[in-house]
Amino acid sequence: MNVESPLTAPLTAKDFASDQEVRWCPGCGDYAILRAVQKALADVGATRENTVFVSGIGCAARFPYYVSTYGFHTIHGRAPAFATGIKLANPELDVWIVSGDGDALSIGGNHLIHVLRRNVDVQLLLFNNEIYGLTKGQYSPTSRVGTRSPSTPMGSVDRPLSAARLALGAGARFVARGVDTQQKVLPEIFKRAHEHKGASFVEILQNCIVYNDGVFAEYTDKGVAEDRQLAVEHGQPLIFGKDRDKGFRLKAGKLELEVVTIGQDGVSEADLLVHDETNQELAALLAGMDGPDVPVALGVLYCDPAPSYEAAVHEHAGGTSKMNAADFNAMLRQGHTWQVEG
Amino acid sequence: MNIIERQDLPQDTLREQVESAVVRFAGDSGDGMQVTGGQFTLATALAGNDLATFPDYPAEIRAPAGTTFGVSSFQINFGSRVIKTSGDSFDVLVAMNPAALKVELPGLKPGGVIVVDTRDFDERHLRRAGIDSNPLEDGSLDPYRVIALDISQLTMDAVAEHGLNKKEALRCKNFWALGYIYWMFARDRAPTVEWLREKFAKLPDVAEANIAALNAGHALAETAEQQDNFHGFALAKAEIEPGLYRTVTGAEAMAWGLAAAGVLSGLETVFCSYPITPASPVLHSLSRLGDYGVTTFQAEDEIAAVCAAIGASYAGKIGVTSSSGPGVALKGEALGLAISTELPLVLVNSQRAGPSTGMPTKTEQSDLFQAVYGRNGDAPLCVIAARSPADCFDVAIDAVRIAIKFMTPVIVLTDGYIGNAAEPWLIPDLESISPLKVSFRTDPEGFEPFVRNPETLARDWVKPGTPGLEHRIGGIEKDARTGHISYDPANHQKMTELRAAKIQGIASHLMPQKVEAGPERGELAVVGWGSTYGPISRAVENLSNRGVAVSHIHLRHIWPLPSNLGDLLAGFKRVLVPEMNDGQLVKLLRSEYLVDAESLNKVTGQPFKIAELESAFEARLEA
Repeated sequence: MNVESPLTAPLTAKDFASDQEVRWCPGCGDYAILRAVQKALADVGATRENTVFVSGIGCAARFPYYVSTYGFHTIHGRAPAFATGIKLANPELDVWIVSGDGDALSIGGNHLIHVLRRNVDVQLLLFNNEIYGLTKGQYSPTSRVGTRSPSTPMGSVDRPLSAARLALGAGARFVARGVDTQQKVLPEIFKRAHEHKGASFVEILQNCIVYNDGVFAEYTDKGVAEDRQLAVEHGQPLIFGKDRDKGFRLKAGKLELEVVTIGQDGVSEADLLVHDETNQELAALLAGMDGPDVPVALGVLYCDPAPSYEAAVHEHAGGTSKMNAADFNAMLRQGHTWQVEG
Repeated sequence: MNIIERQDLPQDTLREQVESAVVRFAGDSGDGMQVTGGQFTLATALAGNDLATFPDYPAEIRAPAGTTFGVSSFQINFGSRVIKTSGDSFDVLVAMNPAALKVELPGLKPGGVIVVDTRDFDERHLRRAGIDSNPLEDGSLDPYRVIALDISQLTMDAVAEHGLNKKEALRCKNFWALGYIYWMFARDRAPTVEWLREKFAKLPDVAEANIAALNAGHALAETAEQQDNFHGFALAKAEIEPGLYRTVTGAEAMAWGLAAAGVLSGLETVFCSYPITPASPVLHSLSRLGDYGVTTFQAEDEIAAVCAAIGASYAGKIGVTSSSGPGVALKGEALGLAISTELPLVLVNSQRAGPSTGMPTKTEQSDLFQAVYGRNGDAPLCVIAARSPADCFDVAIDAVRIAIKFMTPVIVLTDGYIGNAAEPWLIPDLESISPLKVSFRTDPEGFEPFVRNPETLARDWVKPGTPGLEHRIGGIEKDARTGHISYDPANHQKMTELRAAKIQGIASHLMPQKVEAGPERGELAVVGWGSTYGPISRAVENLSNRGVAVSHIHLRHIWPLPSNLGDLLAGFKRVLVPEMNDGQLVKLLRSEYLVDAESLNKVTGQPFKIAELESAFEARLEA
């Protein structure tokens, strides 16, 4: 049975698990993300009947089958368009889009940018594993140059795009980034995304154990994580490192971040840049941090709410004040008419 | 001078009495020919004639002035009898420049009237229109009655007192010409005057100048009547079903029908579309109906439009998308999802000449195969076609009714001709149209997403937000009851058969196919669909009046085909299928019924002419 019975007690994370056997590869990062989402749903007091998961095609897109809410597994790349239609028809529904780097950034790139710029009130979770999983390991638009795959045996030559920077460029009002295994942090990011009215974009660095295992190890391995991750928090200085002694400040005379060490060259914590999640320029700098010398920025990079698309649409249209035969008859009779006598 | 005496006579005594007339207004795309035609249409409707119109304009918004490819035309056929097409050839041609005369002259009947603006018949302008010899001087117009006037100058003289600059003044010349034609057919100028004052409420000088031009054109015609011994035409009123009328284009009727279906079902309409010629007017019309339960969404592309519409249906509203052939091609994959998940959806295809970009502003019926077959997998859905502008209203309601009742996508085929053409419309009363029944499942007891209504084979429609019915659906093959993902071989066989049976079953819920005209059995059945209705029915009627028996069968339901159609066709010795494509319905009929149907094709981007159909029908009878 694909149907859940209604409950009256507050729902727990387990209540958001469907009766379907999860069929991701053992060890896939998707399991962890599923757990984090189920926890977030329970924490925010979501109801199963009012929640809809919409997905496209790919490994990530199987997600709706594993959540006990309403779910719509659609076609490749188009989940944001379906979600937009759902929200236009019923703005009360709580809609989550689950997508991958191929689904959202390659075949569905167009819909991604438009759902973000329109600011449709949805949560869009991008599982970025930098590879095509379901089609057996081809390189993706986020794969690094030189990625060897069945379709690029000599290594890929095209440069990857930055999902978070693309989202900011598209006009997203909420951009966050997390890591699949961070089970304490990830549900909190999802809760922030849920709380934000408008399109919430969350990139999740997700390990594909079969085709791209360890692709994020340089950021996530236990030994290096603290030195290679910057967890940003609104109003807090940008500090990272095992000894919490590294941080970022703005390079004098340049629009560029530089890593500094507290206690060296007269640098104190007060010199560090304080995270302001409403600052789009700062968010872009943080989102773009890449490479061996800087950590990856995690957490809510940008959050600056604006009215949602469906709310604005329904302010202008979609009313039902004249949705009756009498008013409709009157509308048909506006303008030039003439009577033919019998 | 005996003018005074003549004025005392009733005006129409000198006018030539005609049963019907065809007028074509032609000029540059910027000359306002469509507006002119629209006003003449209104005046003609108010005069009590039946009518049909056809705007014919270039794809370029403003092609270079004076060129043949920049000619924009508007044709109207009107009369005291029932009018079924915009007319084969025309009785009166209004040509605002040399290019318009060159392009349109071949369509004018011998002896027809030409009203032409002589201003641009100099060497430079003639060359721009690709004309070697001045037709006003070389005798080539001798077979016609030519009224050659410097309309531009006459217009400037007429509007001089209204303070417009030369360019603005010249823009009034279409109303000058309209005034002339109003005299020719004894039309009332008052509604156009009223319209101009309303349209240019914020530019009273422009309104009054146009009115002055209109009156000047009319006055000159009246004055010239005696000199030219040309008294114009008179038409009796047509016998028309009593009631309140308006003119309506196919695009308007389609939009209003879709919105009316919302009123009749109590479900709001979510119309998702991407601009494309010639489908966009449907989006424009619906965008003005925000208070009538219509939400419109201009999507980022064709695919997003259909996906959003499916999303809206999934969420419990009426999802509708609209496009033309190239856009429909892009929607194919999503249509498959709507078929697989068995959700209601309406897709309106305003067909145009193809393939690829084809001829966006020219009409064709060549997307029938695309509608019936154009998807991956065995993917049946319902296809219905509108036959005339006003018919779009009924077809739209039918489409929504079927989509909801059978939980299926429905493709509505209309075309550029129907969409842009206008005809008088007996305004319906929504109270007299039977409501559309909608029921959403709310009872969790025994619910399984793909269990079907035994009568319609439709599954339950469940709105997200309904407690206890949470379930997951998608495009992967699913178990015939639970909807869970299923790769079971027998289940896929069963689901494929169920999807086909559900669509075929629609036929048993429809009225049987009727013979429009002619005997129920006999020598020749002409089977048409869509916008060929007008010319076929007139051609069949003309033949019948001459004692030649031909039967006309016109299909609204393309897929599934009407359940009695095979038997009907078997009653005729010959079956002829005229289509504005390379033979699509004919192949469908041949494959479904093993009938030796023949095809009659036209793919010029122009509708069939009545005369060419008549001769083709007669040729088949004699063969």
